[in-house]
Amino acid sequence: MSNRYVQSFKILDKKELCPNTYWYEIEAPFIARKIEAGQFIIMKPFKKSERIPLSICGWDREKGTLHIIVMSAGKTTRDLNEMQVGDCLSDIVGPLGQRSHIDKYHDACVLIGGGYGTGAVIPTARDLKALGNRVIGIVGARNKDLLLMVDELKEVCDEVYLTTNDGSIGIEGFVTHALEKILEKEDISYVLAVGPVPMMMAVTKLTEPKGINTWVSLNAIMVDGTGMCGTCRVTVGGETKFACFHGPDFDGHKVDFDELMKRQKMYVEVEKKALEAVGK
Amino acid sequence: MADLSNKERMALPMVEMPLHPAEERVKNFDEVPIGYSPEQAQQEAQRCIQCKKPGCVPGCPVGIDIPGFIKFIEDGDYAGAVKRIRETNFLPAICGRVCPQDKQCQIDCVIGKKGHSVEIGSLERFAADYERKNNIRILPDIAPDTGKRVAVVGSGPAGLTAAYELIRNGHAVTVFEAFHRPGGVLVYGIPRFRLPLDIIDSDVKFLEDMGVEFVYNMIIGKVLTLDDLLGEEDFDAVFIGSGAGLPKLLGIKGENGNGVYSANDYLTRIYLMHGNLFPEYTTPIVQGKRVGVIGAGNTGMDVIRTAKRLGGDVTCYYRRSHDQAPARAEELRHAEQEFINWKFLSNPVEIITDENNNVTAIKCEKMKLGEPDRSGRKKPVGTGEFFVDEIDTIVFSLGCNVNPIIPSTDKEVGINRWGIVMVDPKTYQTSKEGVFAGGDTVTGGSTVILAMGQAKVAAENIDKYLKGEISWAEAKVPTDPDSPGVIWDVEMPKKKKDKIMKENVDHRTAAS
Repeated sequence: MSNRYVQSFKILDKKELCPNTYWYEIEAPFIARKIEAGQFIIMKPFKKSERIPLSICGWDREKGTLHIIVMSAGKTTRDLNEMQVGDCLSDIVGPLGQRSHIDKYHDACVLIGGGYGTGAVIPTARDLKALGNRVIGIVGARNKDLLLMVDELKEVCDEVYLTTNDGSIGIEGFVTHALEKILEKEDISYVLAVGPVPMMMAVTKLTEPKGINTWVSLNAIMVDGTGMCGTCRVTVGGETKFACFHGPDFDGHKVDFDELMKRQKMYVEVEKKALEAVGK
Repeated sequence: MADLSNKERMALPMVEMPLHPAEERVKNFDEVPIGYSPEQAQQEAQRCIQCKKPGCVPGCPVGIDIPGFIKFIEDGDYAGAVKRIRETNFLPAICGRVCPQDKQCQIDCVIGKKGHSVEIGSLERFAADYERKNNIRILPDIAPDTGKRVAVVGSGPAGLTAAYELIRNGHAVTVFEAFHRPGGVLVYGIPRFRLPLDIIDSDVKFLEDMGVEFVYNMIIGKVLTLDDLLGEEDFDAVFIGSGAGLPKLLGIKGENGNGVYSANDYLTRIYLMHGNLFPEYTTPIVQGKRVGVIGAGNTGMDVIRTAKRLGGDVTCYYRRSHDQAPARAEELRHAEQEFINWKFLSNPVEIITDENNNVTAIKCEKMKLGEPDRSGRKKPVGTGEFFVDEIDTIVFSLGCNVNPIIPSTDKEVGINRWGIVMVDPKTYQTSKEGVFAGGDTVTGGSTVILAMGQAKVAAENIDKYLKGEISWAEAKVPTDPDSPGVIWDVEMPKKKKDKIMKENVDHRTAAS
């Protein structure tokens, strides 16, 4: 088809950030024109692939491109990470979900990225900064080689803390240790955590007694991303919400993390089968 | 064909639609009805007595000349039959398969008063299949280019119909679809054993040949707003046919358990994403041995029969009685042939999960029928007696709410308290100038043919709007949040409108 609404989804650039984790620049002009901090896309690398949600670490509205980070985890992300510059993804749809809920706050804003989630907090950090907030970043990983997007985050933050489980750089321990250190020094108005569910849960446990406005971005299992299938149901404040439509950012103190973690295990066994079937 | 008297015609036996045997068909996803042979079609067509005042035509939401096309079949002029159908129905191969004929055209067939009505749906299907198989479809006349452009949102039955009517009238049409392929609910919501993909795709191809432009992966409201379409993108009008997509749940304990699917989720994984072919296609579907399906509508039947084909031991739970099941008679009959366990008058009250949140059992209250409710059906009331069935997978099939994306991104589009888009029931104009809507978006969930009927009326009015024959200022769009939405607006007998209205109201309140 030659109509003007067809987007190529071509990979224009690809960089390895750390083993099995890549940064991509992908051509998707209509999505790039509209996407806002906190929103996500759903993509399908090949015709026969599953649809998977991915958060966005940036975009270039002029050039019409999206920036995403993909860590090889399941079959679909591994397939994607085998694609090269010049290849075209089969499908991308977006922007999906609601933009991050932000404002001009009295005290500091802390943006916490765990693993590949670090990229996702960058657009929100930039927006908070633009509103005149004091913005602090925390990036955590198992060791220094796995820390991602640190320089990019530094560009949009007043200060960035690094944490590694092995202490190879920054604070030894978890992102929550850095958060504790910040809390000793100053008041915090806003926290956004994006990363593995246990990390986000730990952050909310820490901020809850202090009543700090804390958001978590829930990358639950999604199929269509428009609220149609209900697969990404999550209990928030006792109500069933659809992460794809109502989220992905939710009030972290109201999320039923226990249920969420169990729901995320729903497809673990079949995912293994998918990988075995292709001999990986 | 020999001249037969009406008496002779009425004495002819109905030609049963040949089906694949249940034992075989539950092992595959092939279409269940085989279709009439030309001889069978002619034989069935002879049962029609060509009423002067046919009861069937008013029952058809698009007003097909039913006796007319049946006469062509009787005379062996199958091309003539399909030509006659196409004068009013753009999707006959689909309608012949999925329309609820038993509630529409066949309900007032005079032959049906004493025996079984003429098999109108099977005959429509025969004519459409004859056309497709023999590749004799001809492009209709297209009016000269009007220079106007219309955006159609959604490529389901409403969107496809609107696109067809609009392009025929000389307007340029672009269809925006959120998914990666066309068809909407026809693809993701209707099983292949009822509606094979090549039928949907051939209708889409036909529209492309007529000049309709299709764009995929475009969520209108998000990637382009209605204001973008009517502004920068330079469309003169928009038709919203984005359907009902937000699945309903019961709000009972355990419904977020692992192994609980909505029908949309379950069917989408299989029919849009080909999860049944996992791992060749990489969308998983996890189905345990014992499958419980909640609801007995058409979608419920689709889920039940799909679960059976995936090897499940399937039980249907429905809070009302067998006779109250809202499914199309044929679907219920086919499901009944396919070794399903039925638990009518059983109201699920809890889903029991283990420490890992996996579903282990379903708890139901036994119901009995009480006084008629607002839908006119006897209302199921609790008996205080409960039972528990062990179960591995549960699929909720309780209907949907309207997809919220467009109304949530454009506040000028008025909705009622159920999220249904409000339109002028005559013209299908919404409260936003230049924007029309039809199908499940304005009914809250109905049938393929009703969506088509509305899309057709909406398209006619878009044409008038573009020609300046009607104006938005004169549109009467309800603003009362309790207004029920459009139920039916083609010329239907009042009793049928009432029946559908009640069903729709009941459908919307089913989960409450």
